[in-house]
Amino acid sequence: MLEYLKLETWLPPNVSTYGAEIDFLFYIIYYITGVAFLLVAAVMVAFIILYRHREGRRARYVHGNTALEIVWTVGTALIVIVLGIMSRPLWARIKQQVPPSNIQVRVTAKQFNWEILYPGPDGTFDTKDDLLLDNELHVPVNRVVQVFLASKDVIHSFFLPNLRLKQDAVPGRTIQAWFEATKPGVYEIPCAELCGFGHSGMLGYLTVHSGGDYEKWVKEQWPPS
Amino acid sequence: MMSEAAGVHATHVEHAHHEELGFWRTYVFSTDHKMIGKQFLFLGLFMMVLGGLLALMLRWQLAWPETAVPGFGWVPEPYMYEGIIPPETYNMLFTMHATIMIFFVVMPILVGCFGNFLIPLMIGARDMAFPTLNLLSFWVGALAGVVMLGGFFVPGGHAASGWTAYAPLSARAIYTGVDWGQNIWCIALILLGISSLMGSINYITTIVNMRAPGMTWFRLPLVIWTLFVVAILLLLALPVLTSALAMLLFDRMAGTHFFLPTGGGEPLLWQHLFWFFGHPEVYVLILPAMGIASDVLSTFSRKPIFGYRSMVYAIIGIAFLSWVVWGHHMFQSGMNPALGTGFMISTMVIAVPSAIKTFNWLGTMWGGSMRFTTAMLNTLAFVSMFVIGGLSGIFMANTPVDIFIHDTYFIVAHIHYVVFGGSVFGIFAGIYYWFPKMFGRMMNETLGKIHFWLTFVAFNCVFFPMHILGVGGMMRRIYNPMQYEFLQPLQPINVFITISAIFLGLAQIPFVINFFWSLFAGKQAALNPWQANTLEWSAPSPPPHGNWGEHLPTVYHGPYEYSVPDVAEDYAPQDRPLAVPAPAGH
Repeated sequence: MLEYLKLETWLPPNVSTYGAEIDFLFYIIYYITGVAFLLVAAVMVAFIILYRHREGRRARYVHGNTALEIVWTVGTALIVIVLGIMSRPLWARIKQQVPPSNIQVRVTAKQFNWEILYPGPDGTFDTKDDLLLDNELHVPVNRVVQVFLASKDVIHSFFLPNLRLKQDAVPGRTIQAWFEATKPGVYEIPCAELCGFGHSGMLGYLTVHSGGDYEKWVKEQWPPS
Repeated sequence: MMSEAAGVHATHVEHAHHEELGFWRTYVFSTDHKMIGKQFLFLGLFMMVLGGLLALMLRWQLAWPETAVPGFGWVPEPYMYEGIIPPETYNMLFTMHATIMIFFVVMPILVGCFGNFLIPLMIGARDMAFPTLNLLSFWVGALAGVVMLGGFFVPGGHAASGWTAYAPLSARAIYTGVDWGQNIWCIALILLGISSLMGSINYITTIVNMRAPGMTWFRLPLVIWTLFVVAILLLLALPVLTSALAMLLFDRMAGTHFFLPTGGGEPLLWQHLFWFFGHPEVYVLILPAMGIASDVLSTFSRKPIFGYRSMVYAIIGIAFLSWVVWGHHMFQSGMNPALGTGFMISTMVIAVPSAIKTFNWLGTMWGGSMRFTTAMLNTLAFVSMFVIGGLSGIFMANTPVDIFIHDTYFIVAHIHYVVFGGSVFGIFAGIYYWFPKMFGRMMNETLGKIHFWLTFVAFNCVFFPMHILGVGGMMRRIYNPMQYEFLQPLQPINVFITISAIFLGLAQIPFVINFFWSLFAGKQAALNPWQANTLEWSAPSPPPHGNWGEHLPTVYHGPYEYSVPDVAEDYAPQDRPLAVPAPAGH
């Protein structure tokens, strides 16, 4: 039974570096809100039983309690502000500070595919050795991957449930995102923003290769001449 | 400002003409605030049936994807294929479910019905400040409803870009295949914006100018405070949506590029405008329910509301904060992430006034003498469900956690705990509580309690598991979860939710029976059946034109003087002086 109350029973298995930190915050909020709810519910049920109407008993004539009101106002404010301050560095690390890396891909969304462009061995986009694959993203494990996200038509959202990454792809701009996978495997890349009748089923695959495996994949795509 | 003398004069005139008002002027083109309130109620209840059916259809598709919906084999292609819902229609279903429920059910009932019916009666006025404007407000709103329903019958189907209508998806027909449907959607909402503008000007003017003698600001019932603040929110927020809709319509029909990057436009501009309206809108949907809950809770606890003034400041605080949090809908949108932290803090701070309200409701119950009428049960459900909806909001406000749960069923669960668990239980509480005053008859309490318990259980079975789907990563607005390997293990939850949703729909049958049966055959209601304090209970049930006879009531104290010591009765109507003066400000 207790198993069902744990978030990891339901969360897709995490395989990203910052994913564990997101899950940690998720847990903190889950515990705080869970305790808050249980307290409110317990008090409510107790009051419903204790203070139900009974003949001959009159309700208390009370208009409030300033001290109590100040306590719960300040208490709530402190909790949320501390929570906010705790969350800021992680948000900045994921969305604002992209770590340097030479593994780069361009992901261009369109109705209803992910076009994935690899710069090839020269490491530069828009050269002859670029490789374009539909819906197939191949990356090495334990390496930072930079994603340059764009869209050709409407707004899509690049969602990697197992890596705890989500970023909208907006036509007219390129948005940089990043992740670092910690475990080889194949993971789904659904679109998370309604993008038309084919939104459901707009699906790519992220293949995380172990070190040697990745070298092999690169050699297959760009055979040494 | 209408002086009392002028008010009395107006009543005489109305009495003189009352007999001459025929069927049309009494029931259709009425300028009486009470009739207009009832019209909004019937509009909202009718649309609720439609919005609910749309929800059940899309739930069917989610539980048993691409199987025929029973009873819908007659719908012509390409909308349905022998009862099977295609993806285009599915997108239309959730778009219109939300559009109808938000704009044509919760707003008309909470703001249109309760606002119109209660404001003059609870502040001690004979009618709204501008009765003709009031009539126009309803009929423009009804026209908006008809235009909106018309969208179902145009080629290409109705709008299918979500109730949020994100551009560019909504801005060009080629992206959805929907042509006139989306145009009609824009036009209907522009009309509704005009209707709402007329209503809010009327509410504000009436509350500022037409309060009965002695009805100071801090003697106003909290439901009037919430309606006043909501009217200000609507006055300031809806024009932003109306402008955005006009721009969207221009993009679609006149070749402009406000939201289309191909011509130098900016897709995120739509989101900024939409949510600048959209977040105050969420509080428009919940604040009046909070007001109703406060009044009902105090009445049936036979106890003064706990912390009246802090309740008022919390209402104002929530309304103010609602203007500076819109970016929390856009954390993953590509908006500069540096803005995320600011929006996260402002959003989390909303927990403070929300907590004040919740604790004050508990404080009101503490030491009370609670009567569990149907209205009270719905209010207690409101409080507890609002707590869940409010707490789940903290997950989304937190920017790193939002990266994962944004656009998942966690959001769907959250909005339904707020708008169904909050607003709709508030609506039910309000209907059960004020029905005797509206129609002069009592509703049946047994049927009411059956309706409440079935709804309460089914509601939680439908919407609580959606949190789990969200934690599992299930995206909102997807047609078929079985297309994704990582979602397939969650499918039994989808089946459970849909079965519960069907029960939730069936649970409304006792309400419909109770409502219509009581309308014609319910027990005659006394003047003040709940022994409540506020002014509407001093008028006859139902109140005549002009609400009171010769003299308007005079107000002597606050609305929540229950169980005053040394007074024999446990209530003290606002229009009767207290033997012992109540403390100042209460």
